[in-house]
Amino acid sequence: MLRAIQGIYMLRPVWAVLLSLLAGAGLIAIAGVNPGEAYAALFGGAFLDYYGLASTLAKMSPILLAGLAVIIPLRVGLLNIGAEGQIYMGGLFSSMAALLLPEMSPVVQVPLCVLAGALGGGLWGLIPGYLKAYRGINEVIITILLNFIAINLVSYVAGGPMMQEGAPYPYSEEIREGLWLPYIMPHTDAHLGVVVGIVLCVVAWFVFRFTTVGFGLGMIGKNPVAATYSGIRVRRNVVAVMFVAGAIGGLAGTFEVLGLKHRLYHLFSPGYGFDGIVVAFLAQLSPLMAPVAAFFLSGLKVGGLIMQRAVGLESTVVEAIQGLVIIFVAASLAFRFDRGNWRRFLERRRLLDAGIAGGITNNSGGRS
Amino acid sequence: MSWAGDVSSLVDFFSTVLRLSTPIVFAALGGVLAERAGVFNVSLEGCILGGAFGAATGAYLLGTPVGGLVFGILFAAAIGCVLAGLAVGLGINQLVTGIAINILVLGLTSYLARLILGADATSTLPGFAPVAIPLLSSIPLIGPVLFNQDPLAYLMYLAVPLSYWFLYRTPWGLNVRAIGDYPVAADTVGVSVPGVRAICVITSCVLGGLGGCYLVLCQVFVFTENMSAGKGWIALAAVILGRWNPALVFVACIFFAFSEALQLRLQFNNPDVPYQLFSMVPFLASFVALVAFAGRVRPPAAIGTKYVRGGK
Repeated sequence: MLRAIQGIYMLRPVWAVLLSLLAGAGLIAIAGVNPGEAYAALFGGAFLDYYGLASTLAKMSPILLAGLAVIIPLRVGLLNIGAEGQIYMGGLFSSMAALLLPEMSPVVQVPLCVLAGALGGGLWGLIPGYLKAYRGINEVIITILLNFIAINLVSYVAGGPMMQEGAPYPYSEEIREGLWLPYIMPHTDAHLGVVVGIVLCVVAWFVFRFTTVGFGLGMIGKNPVAATYSGIRVRRNVVAVMFVAGAIGGLAGTFEVLGLKHRLYHLFSPGYGFDGIVVAFLAQLSPLMAPVAAFFLSGLKVGGLIMQRAVGLESTVVEAIQGLVIIFVAASLAFRFDRGNWRRFLERRRLLDAGIAGGITNNSGGRS
Repeated sequence: MSWAGDVSSLVDFFSTVLRLSTPIVFAALGGVLAERAGVFNVSLEGCILGGAFGAATGAYLLGTPVGGLVFGILFAAAIGCVLAGLAVGLGINQLVTGIAINILVLGLTSYLARLILGADATSTLPGFAPVAIPLLSSIPLIGPVLFNQDPLAYLMYLAVPLSYWFLYRTPWGLNVRAIGDYPVAADTVGVSVPGVRAICVITSCVLGGLGGCYLVLCQVFVFTENMSAGKGWIALAAVILGRWNPALVFVACIFFAFSEALQLRLQFNNPDVPYQLFSMVPFLASFVALVAFAGRVRPPAAIGTKYVRGGK
């Protein structure tokens, strides 16, 4: 019985998602559209159709990597709202490596581009990490400000120094085909980025679960004072974690450029960094659950557009539903499974049942 | 350039500074109030956006700017209730709740604005007109900048000293500060920690919402998606820079508005340079100011933590 109740608690995100879909149905109904039809178009289009599924996987790449860039620091107690900026810096650095370096064999240049992107994002994550660890400045505000700086910086570069001659709006030259990421589904946009994302999730899970480094990081997240006393260098780890998270965010931008867009566009990320926050909470900070959460969220986004075409409903409703999802998931965090409480509750129920049963027999006994 | 031309361009410039500062000042005062009571209000960005959406809806449906103001305040107060309920009531991480609210408000307002305003989204809404204060507005330079403004800007002039007076000169303000620094003490003398925190959070969101109302009803007269565009975050930076003191926070807001006005002027004067280089300036200024001056700040001691009676 206790185990069953614990299971219900562990499925909190599922209940939260169902509730938010229900609330979303209300929003859809306001617009005078049948919610059942809308959801059927949305999920059918995103998950059951070959091209829809491919689009979902293509969108999943940046969302999953951004999610991981939020999950890893959050397990150490740092809220990285800066994945968006890290995505932009990753895209910037990798497209610079692809377009400005002398042409090399792809075997050399592709890894070079990827490393450059990771470095760009990593450095962008290093700044808030350093300021948090050594200056005590709130990382939330710094990462947000850095987002705006990075977005404007990329817009400037894509619309200024690196802009293609005569382009109608800011974008760079096209990256040559040799440097593109391989596709994983023929005739679609689904590229290798999502696979790399899943592999990194498994690696992160392994590190947190089985290594001393991961154990130390988890300890900083739970109790930094205790971590300090047991000899863990908290500050150094905070900086390192933010660098790694930034690098993963940078990879999200890198793969977006090398795998999908093949140019540096201004405003190329429509808020994937913030979707990463949603993924992190939906996955309850578990790297293994992150792919599931990212898959669902990407499907929601891709399906939103399909639904807009199918039933004529504004696809912005998907953004509203996404907001509801994160609010309900956040609210569900308050309901923790308390074994002792539930055990006492069940015990009381058992006693009550026994008492009632006993009372009945006593009564009947007394009467006879 | 003639002397008269110089003055009129200065008047223009400082009027721009004041116009740009107003929403940030409202939001930052809200931030001060909530953080003094020990609650991070990261959802200020959402409050500004929500206030702007409410103001646009109210002004559109009722046809008057006052109706817009009422709707804007109500929408922001509703956001405040959600934040208070989740962060103070249920004790969920305040930063997480704030971010979640921002994402929700962004999605909800984009969707509802298309439903409600629809095709009329780009038409001009009724708004407040500037009211010149007799005598004062005829002082050279200062007059046209400070005393030829709309009602909400005058409200902002009042809000700064009022919130200073409230925090440092009234028993309620003392309670608020005590709850932010040492809630056990406040609880011991019988002040309801969650109650006061909830009131502060809701008021904080309403102040942020007023900033949004100002954007729609006094500045641009339309609602656009994500029109808060980072102002809430700049307000939060101003709170830290101003050391949680309304007067200093006001100065910090003016500094940010100044850098924003400067970048607009730079954009205008250098049309051949991509404008993004300049639109980065306010955020860069906030960043540099935080890094350079935040130094040894001492935020309210109990900020970010849920108060549990008899807890650690």
